[in-house]
Amino acid sequence: MSDRPAGLPGEPAVDLAQAHAHGLSDQEFRAIEQLLGRTPTFTELGVFSVMWSEHCSYKSSRKHLRTLPQQGELVVQGPGENAGAIDVGDGWAAVFKIESHNHPSFVEPYQGAATGVGGILRDIFTMGARPIASMDSLKFGAFDHPRTRYLLGGVVGGIGGYGNCVGVPTVAGEVMFDAAYNGNILVNAFCLGLARAGELMSARARGAGNPLLYVGSATGRDGIHGASLLASAEFDASSEAKRPTVQVGDPFTEKLLIEACLEAAKTGAIVAIQDMGAAGLTSSSSEMAARGKLGVELDLDKVPLREPGLTPYEILLSESQERMLIVAERGREAELKAIFDKWDLHAVVIGEVIEDRRWRVRWRGQVVADIPVGALADEAPLYDRAQKPPAKVRQAPVRRAIANPEPRDALRALLDSPNAASKRWVFRQYDSIVQSNTVAGPGSDAAVLRIKRSRRGIALKVDSNPRACALDPYLGTIGVVVESARNVACAGARPGGITNCLNYGNPERPEIMWQFAEGVRGLADAARALGVPVVSGNVSFYNETEGRAIPPTPAIAMLGVFADVSAHMKQYFARPGDAIALVSTAKPSLAASEYEALFGADGAALAPIDLAREKALIEALVAGAERRLIRSAHDVSEGGLAVAISEACFNPQATLGADVDLAAHGLTGAVELFGEGASTVVISVADHDMEGASRLFAARSLGFRVIGRVTQQARLMLRPLIDEDLEELRAIYENALPRRLAGHD
Amino acid sequence: MKWGVVRFPGSLDDNDAVWALAEVMGQEASILWHKDESLGGAECVMLPGGFSYGDYLRTGAIARFSPIMKSIEKFAADGGLVIGTCNGFQILCEAHLLPGALTRNRTLSFICERVHVRVENARTPFTRAMRQGDVLTLPIKHGEGLYVAPENELREMEERGQVLLRYVDAGGRESDAANPNGSMRAIAGVANERFNVFGLMPHPEHAVEEMLGGTDGRKIFQSILESLR
Repeated sequence: MSDRPAGLPGEPAVDLAQAHAHGLSDQEFRAIEQLLGRTPTFTELGVFSVMWSEHCSYKSSRKHLRTLPQQGELVVQGPGENAGAIDVGDGWAAVFKIESHNHPSFVEPYQGAATGVGGILRDIFTMGARPIASMDSLKFGAFDHPRTRYLLGGVVGGIGGYGNCVGVPTVAGEVMFDAAYNGNILVNAFCLGLARAGELMSARARGAGNPLLYVGSATGRDGIHGASLLASAEFDASSEAKRPTVQVGDPFTEKLLIEACLEAAKTGAIVAIQDMGAAGLTSSSSEMAARGKLGVELDLDKVPLREPGLTPYEILLSESQERMLIVAERGREAELKAIFDKWDLHAVVIGEVIEDRRWRVRWRGQVVADIPVGALADEAPLYDRAQKPPAKVRQAPVRRAIANPEPRDALRALLDSPNAASKRWVFRQYDSIVQSNTVAGPGSDAAVLRIKRSRRGIALKVDSNPRACALDPYLGTIGVVVESARNVACAGARPGGITNCLNYGNPERPEIMWQFAEGVRGLADAARALGVPVVSGNVSFYNETEGRAIPPTPAIAMLGVFADVSAHMKQYFARPGDAIALVSTAKPSLAASEYEALFGADGAALAPIDLAREKALIEALVAGAERRLIRSAHDVSEGGLAVAISEACFNPQATLGADVDLAAHGLTGAVELFGEGASTVVISVADHDMEGASRLFAARSLGFRVIGRVTQQARLMLRPLIDEDLEELRAIYENALPRRLAGHD
Repeated sequence: MKWGVVRFPGSLDDNDAVWALAEVMGQEASILWHKDESLGGAECVMLPGGFSYGDYLRTGAIARFSPIMKSIEKFAADGGLVIGTCNGFQILCEAHLLPGALTRNRTLSFICERVHVRVENARTPFTRAMRQGDVLTLPIKHGEGLYVAPENELREMEERGQVLLRYVDAGGRESDAANPNGSMRAIAGVANERFNVFGLMPHPEHAVEEMLGGTDGRKIFQSILESLR
């Protein structure tokens, strides 16, 4: 087959200006001409522009990501497939990944967030795993910014609208409001699936002659250039006009697709399968071919279309949702088709795998694209972009006048701050219990899921700390990794695997590239020290609006494993009379704290982190849970110790109280009461377990101090500074978001 | 006892219902596919939660025309026991097997939380294992659960004892705050005049295991078991 692809009548001429309009640089355009030995057709130019976009090619990040620890005893599947997987015991593999959908969600919050959920679900069930839980890391602008309520309502509505309708519970997440995101919100969606360990599907094409089966929704004009123009460029005043590049989700079809694909996977007739996500048909076909060191030939006349008249360019670049591409075993197409028919979904053979390592596309009898597969994959550009550290890594915020509020007023203000307050307004809109596995849902330190017909279980949490990462992207990222690990350990689970979504500004700017490199270095060092592999991830660059970048925001999702999920711990005090104890590895700091955001900075640096001690703390918590020595454990985070103790009192059954002697333990300063950043856990222990519990921590040289008692009366006594009615505090904490959103529901 | 759980293409709690009935309650429970007309010899048919056909038009509006619904209508007419939870309740109302309709929550948003409901009539096949006035803790998760019916119809339903469950607070008292979706008369579950068809917005199948937060849902399944024993 040597017909040379030709342009189509009416298409724009391909030249450097056209390449620029497609987001390609001069060098990139020249490289394409060299790889092809000719000028690309307009269709081919479109294809290169998406496949070489930052979003698809990871051209700026690949070099750095290679340094992450990806190996481990439990790793079933590391990076390279649609998602990573670890062994969680009893023959089950946990398949998980997190991905950004930032720019679409800013342009069209409901559909942007909804399709973010849909996309990450498909990455999981293409692996042959049934999606069993979702979570999200969300960053919005300041609460009083005029767009924030609209974006919050849209994003939460979209996540719920999609997730609730596909029957995958949303079990955990985080939400933060900060003026730094006024012009560029972050929506990172995570999904976890379960599969039998030996039955994972692959996205590696095999066997020349095997047919390519297109399944799911028909192809329309939505989402064209979502990956290249929307995800891989900064925002400016024209961004609103990019709304047509946002896809529209149909969760009902997704639900059908999940059931049909999982049923089809059982037949053994699927050789490889991949979601038509970013860059749709182009990326799924070329990536499967590249992994298998083969080629593909596509016939666009066979592609189911939503409307007539789509050009090859549009068909290849469409990001219409709820579509999958399958490499089927030759001769078994009918068997697969019958399954998709049962679920009323399209299933059409649109091409085949070929020996020749070409990506060749036909339309109306002529070849419209013919590209070496490698050019779209391994030979895509790889950059080692310049980095420029700031003159001095400050680690400490600039000193600002500090208000020095009374402790009780500070506590009330923190409980009322949207960042520290209850996020019930958000998670109440998500189905968190469907599938009957949710042991602990949203509002907990980590979600806890049981695995049916097994004693095993899984804990999940996603964390980030952009304020700390803005001060020091390396130390800040380490802090996020250990916090996510500590959160799952507070539930009693052993940290087992990491997936990450790295959100940064424009990597072509050396100071941003430095932030990114430092973040990856922090992630690598922390993951290595904790012995937890990074099995999947996603990078989102160009989070900037009119030249202002977001603070570096690596979001770390941690998966923890329970040998026996019945030993899980809750964050709430459970019984009056139990001792309240503090376990910590360092002294906290007001740097990057919510207190600092509200009342001003004292100029202190971030709390230091000793990774060996962090690991010891995590081990002690897991051992304490397994031996059932600890009644409750709650990580100190936004708002510091005083907020953490209050939250531990907010037991869903009935509010309990705490009587703590701060003075006797030197905890009366604002830093001790409201500081963050140090690894500190508030635990409660029954008297008869006190000796065993304290030995757990002492054996690991961890500070363990009994500071008070759980009381029946719902009063927060932090002697001698605070004596408050906890029902009143609980009302402040629960009403902070609804009060601000009243009338905007 | 033999249970049939209907699976529409967009059913979501179908597997959970089978799990609750078969694995937790030790019953024989199987899935009934919406394109089939056979009820497989089920003694009680359950319509589970979900989004039957995507429900972009109106919840349950398309599901009522599916082949399986013809059989269910006949089964109910012959006195067979039918229970619909959440989307199942919506479908039963659309099919006129139950009075009234379910509309968008007054908050206009989806609500997922545990609520309290009071048993208003314990002399029915769906509530006989409980006492009138008992308070159950059950989860709800829906966007359209605001129960409406004409005032005169509501009055008649109340007189006949067709209101089986009402939203209340933990102490069993009615209040506006305890009514999560704004349902008329705080109605959470109703039966037909013959008391063989029951629809409720809460999910008893999601309240059968202590580890997952409570077991009050069993009392409803237990009632059905006792009434067919």
